[in-house]
Amino acid sequence: MAVGARAPRQPALRSRLGRALAPYLLILPGSGWLLLFFLLPIVTLAITSLESGDFINGFNFTWNFGNYSGGLSLYSTQFLHAIEFGGTATLVALVVSYPAGYWIAFHAGPRKSAYLLAVLLPFFVSFVIRTLSWGMLLTDNGPLFGPLKSAHLLPLDFHVLATPVAVTAGLAYTFFPFMLLPVYASLEKIDRGLVEAAQDLFASKFEVFRRVIFPLSVPGVFAGILLTGIPAVADYVNQDLLGGVGTTMVGRVIETQFQVNINYPLAASLAFIFMLGLLATLILYQRIFGTEQIMGD
Amino acid sequence: MASTAVGRKPQSRARTVNWRRRLGSLVLPGYTHLVMLWLFAPIIVMVIFGFNDTHGRLNLVWTGFTLKWFADPFGVTALTDAVVTSLVTATIGAFISTVLGTMIALASHRYAFRGKALLDAVMVMNIAASEVVMGAGLLTLFIAGNVPLGAVTIVLAQVMFSIPFVAITVRARLVGFDNSLEEAAQDLGASPLTTFMLVTLPIIFPGVLAAALLAFALCLDDYVITSFVSGNTLTFPLWVYGATRLGVPPQVNVIGTFIFLAGALLAISFAVIRSWRNRQLARESAL
Repeated sequence: MAVGARAPRQPALRSRLGRALAPYLLILPGSGWLLLFFLLPIVTLAITSLESGDFINGFNFTWNFGNYSGGLSLYSTQFLHAIEFGGTATLVALVVSYPAGYWIAFHAGPRKSAYLLAVLLPFFVSFVIRTLSWGMLLTDNGPLFGPLKSAHLLPLDFHVLATPVAVTAGLAYTFFPFMLLPVYASLEKIDRGLVEAAQDLFASKFEVFRRVIFPLSVPGVFAGILLTGIPAVADYVNQDLLGGVGTTMVGRVIETQFQVNINYPLAASLAFIFMLGLLATLILYQRIFGTEQIMGD
Repeated sequence: MASTAVGRKPQSRARTVNWRRRLGSLVLPGYTHLVMLWLFAPIIVMVIFGFNDTHGRLNLVWTGFTLKWFADPFGVTALTDAVVTSLVTATIGAFISTVLGTMIALASHRYAFRGKALLDAVMVMNIAASEVVMGAGLLTLFIAGNVPLGAVTIVLAQVMFSIPFVAITVRARLVGFDNSLEEAAQDLGASPLTTFMLVTLPIIFPGVLAAALLAFALCLDDYVITSFVSGNTLTFPLWVYGATRLGVPPQVNVIGTFIFLAGALLAISFAVIRSWRNRQLARESAL
């Protein structure tokens, strides 16, 4: 009797304790990894950005805020390039993807998922190779411009490579799915009943789009702008492989200062400025667009 | 006479409107297919130039058709080494991040615990964070800790940026998961581990597999973060990037084509199996 009474109680206690601990045990390795290799690096980045010294004599922590002012004034052009090229590329990606996302969501019918798959397939190829291929396509006498030039449809000195246009187009291409997918998802979710109701009330096709479909797709557009804009502003592969001397973006400067010049404090301060700029933009973005009021008229 | 003329007019107008509408209905699909062509253009170039009969390492101008690069895809030793490094690090990275990410997904699906919102916020931050900043930060951490850069630091970094993607993918699969199935197994005396292996895992397996593939693809293709923490170790994208200065050998196109085909085959079979399963489920529920 006594044994019978004790036996069920013990597992109950153990399982209650286990249940209280279980979530923490489950998240411990993963969140520990993120703490060590995602959050802690931000701290070491901040510390490094305030050091002074050089590679040969070593770096010392000296609250050297000069790295920040120096970095900003030295590389303001490259910061502006990043905003300019990355911002334009995001806009281009939005304008190009919206009509395609709209057609897939509303008119592709049962082949919707096939089209989405087709959008994603090119991204199984390493983006370094894709960018290189664009470089080959866009060379001055390459498969695109060569024939046009020999047919005298383009002036002989026409070129795209090594210009901001090439960098912007490359960025828009590289991050295209990050725009198309959220835009498509928000369009796909729209209740078809609302569209039909607007049509029944004699709204023209344009009015249906302007007053029903577009406002409902706005969350997807905003998500797409963030997902495309953040990597596009920081990218330096497109700029390196498609751009020229005058198109350097800040991501490239950070990479060079780290890897080539081994000026860790300056590189870290540039990365930190970049991160703070992104954060400020995000907070501003949320302040302006994050409320539900934007959904109304 | 007059009445037939009047009767004909609206008919012809209706015909032009109809004709214009039909033309209009071709604009958007035509445009969408043009966008598709744009997306595939560099892939087509990559595949075609794998068949280019070049001499030396420059592979920029079409000089004739050959199959010799496909016969000898591993002819450039350094490139083959880089591909092997990529496959090994990405496999280990995908495995670790799938296990850790699935554990997080299970915890946040099943329990309400303190710090859940914080963990979610950190994962969203991780996904939104700029790769340059993460790479630079990791490098300063490894320098501060005197950690030698190489394959190990590559895996450490790749797991870090893959965990949130795995957690989100698996959690999406867990939505609608019936907790009473696990309780039933436990009531019947199954240990938590047995319950997980025999009940939970089989149900969430499609989600876990999808997450593992996503993590593998992310690790395999990463350039920016990996380039900061790789030291002298080269992965496939790093090797290709470095080779641009000297000329990219056609073997890169061949290996790129293989990776593309493998990924495409996997993705297509995944999609086909899913639509087949959905159809079968629909049929079952109809019965």
